[in-house]
Amino acid sequence: MDINKFKKINDYEWEIPKTAEMKVPGRIFASKKLVEDMDEKVWEQVSNVATLPGIQKASLAMADAHWGYGFPIGGVGAFSAEEGGVVSVGGVGFDGGCGIRTLRTNLTLKEVQPKIKQVVDTLFEIVPAGLGSRGKILLSDKDVDEVLKLGAKWIIEKGYGTEEDLKYIENNGVVKGADPKNVSDFALRREKRQVGTLGSGNHYLEIQYVSDIYDEKAAKVFGLTKDQILITIHCGSRALGHQIGTDYLKVLAEASRKYKIPIHERELVCAPINSPEGQRYFSAMCCALNYAYANRQVIVHLTRQGIKKVFPKAEIKTLYEITHNSAKKEKHKINNKIKEVIVHRKGSTRAFGPETKEIPSAYKSIGQPVLIGGTMGTSSYILHGTSEGGKAFFSACHGSGRAMSRTRAKKTWYGQKIVRELQEKGIYIKGHSMAGLAEEAPGAYKPVDDVVDSIHSAGLAKKVVKVKPIGNIKG
Amino acid sequence: MYGKNKITNQKDKIKNNKKQEMAYENFPHEADIGIRGIGKNIEEAFEEGAKAMFDVEVDIEKVKAIKKISVKCQAINIEELFIEWLNALLTQASLNEMVFSKFKVKIKKNEILKIEGEVFGEKLRKKHNIKDEVKGATYSQLKVFKKNNKYIAQCIVDV
Repeated sequence: MDINKFKKINDYEWEIPKTAEMKVPGRIFASKKLVEDMDEKVWEQVSNVATLPGIQKASLAMADAHWGYGFPIGGVGAFSAEEGGVVSVGGVGFDGGCGIRTLRTNLTLKEVQPKIKQVVDTLFEIVPAGLGSRGKILLSDKDVDEVLKLGAKWIIEKGYGTEEDLKYIENNGVVKGADPKNVSDFALRREKRQVGTLGSGNHYLEIQYVSDIYDEKAAKVFGLTKDQILITIHCGSRALGHQIGTDYLKVLAEASRKYKIPIHERELVCAPINSPEGQRYFSAMCCALNYAYANRQVIVHLTRQGIKKVFPKAEIKTLYEITHNSAKKEKHKINNKIKEVIVHRKGSTRAFGPETKEIPSAYKSIGQPVLIGGTMGTSSYILHGTSEGGKAFFSACHGSGRAMSRTRAKKTWYGQKIVRELQEKGIYIKGHSMAGLAEEAPGAYKPVDDVVDSIHSAGLAKKVVKVKPIGNIKG
Repeated sequence: MYGKNKITNQKDKIKNNKKQEMAYENFPHEADIGIRGIGKNIEEAFEEGAKAMFDVEVDIEKVKAIKKISVKCQAINIEELFIEWLNALLTQASLNEMVFSKFKVKIKKNEILKIEGEVFGEKLRKKHNIKDEVKGATYSQLKVFKKNNKYIAQCIVDV
């Protein structure tokens, strides 16, 4: 994008000036270079979000922003119900609750590296993944309702995890307001067989080690040490979330006409938060969030079983779990007043700072862990939330962000070749789809180091550690 | 956009005589994938669009059309009908653990537009060369239009 079109706030904050149709300005948190490299569509999509009723302060995009549908991926928008604010499928996506769980272990790189093939092969067998995969638990109709209402809490009560896990999941693994009555029969039927499945696309399970520590004090609070083995799971709400997305796209398209909401990009169809349609969508989306929490918890349980087959004395604890596709009721300070808003984060991680009541007491002194997934060949990061994050509704980036289309990536790389090249670098990859592997080639993404440095420099979250992969299972 | 990309003629065993007029293809999108169907009427464009979508998930030429499923949907305009059609197919594929390769669309026009469709395929298997799961068809880049006497239906699908 042409940087001269932006109003520079500082080196890592760029404003899209408000036009007559925009209710607020747009703002991108990224370095000059990353903004220049972004697709023009990001400008358009950030501006379109800024035209929606009831939007607060600014329509935002993070350093990993790229062309999405409706909101850009990496987009954030907060809406006030009292001011006619809306909820939109385009602000959440078709995978509500998609997110990342990171587990910390008592294992070291030295112990695990020689057995990485055995670890990955074992987990590949145990954790169902890929298109059409079935979970190991078949839920009854009653169970389905319980999962949607109670998320990871219910799954843990059934024996798939520990009470301690629950403490370290965002929202303690369950959001309020989820009513299965607002979820279609199709969605419920699609869900029954899929709890505990990884999915496909950019979803993965990765074995990593702590390669660099940037903040010793924060690393200590998070229980992280150099060369420690971590396990990260990236997945979402599977077919249930997809069906909720498609069901409500239609409902919200009709609602947009009914309430005469001007829509600048069709995928931004929405309904006022306080309308019956808006309430129903929000409630169904909460069901997707709860299902995603439960889904990741079952995968954590399976992962523990798999790791213990190779390392019987392994201790595997939850560091934290975040979602990066969600709309959540939160309180934020806006124009010196505390307001309740619905914050849409589509490809953006919540990043609450120190002393926030929603975060685990063990992390209160430094802020929540902000888990940023890189690519299978580069690195990922763990940051902590800051007090300065209020300017972005306490949000950060979610990954490195695509820089190349899937279509072009498939023409540029071959799955088998990527597997070989990464193996030479000491990273053992196993995928369910070779085409999928090519699409997820590290070169198809923006450089994660630059993305994370931008978020760090913008003050939205601060770097704690860098982690590097040694093994990865792609869905 | 149409015209810039090469339209790949696919082998269509069922309507071989029409293969010059019917086609499907993908087009690039930074995060996801664009799908496009082309036909001599809207019904054919919708049928080809469905092929483009399932070809994102598997190699559809490897899918035998041995089991039939009926699919119904409706919408107030032709573009939203295309999305309803694709999403109804994804729902049926998921519920039946199937993948489809042959599609028949009949559009009925009254106050609202309705599709009564028949789709054919088989249980999803590794032999189909499983690729990406399509999460949903989106309104992004959604267009149904006529150009050079051909009908084109397209949108971005979320993967």
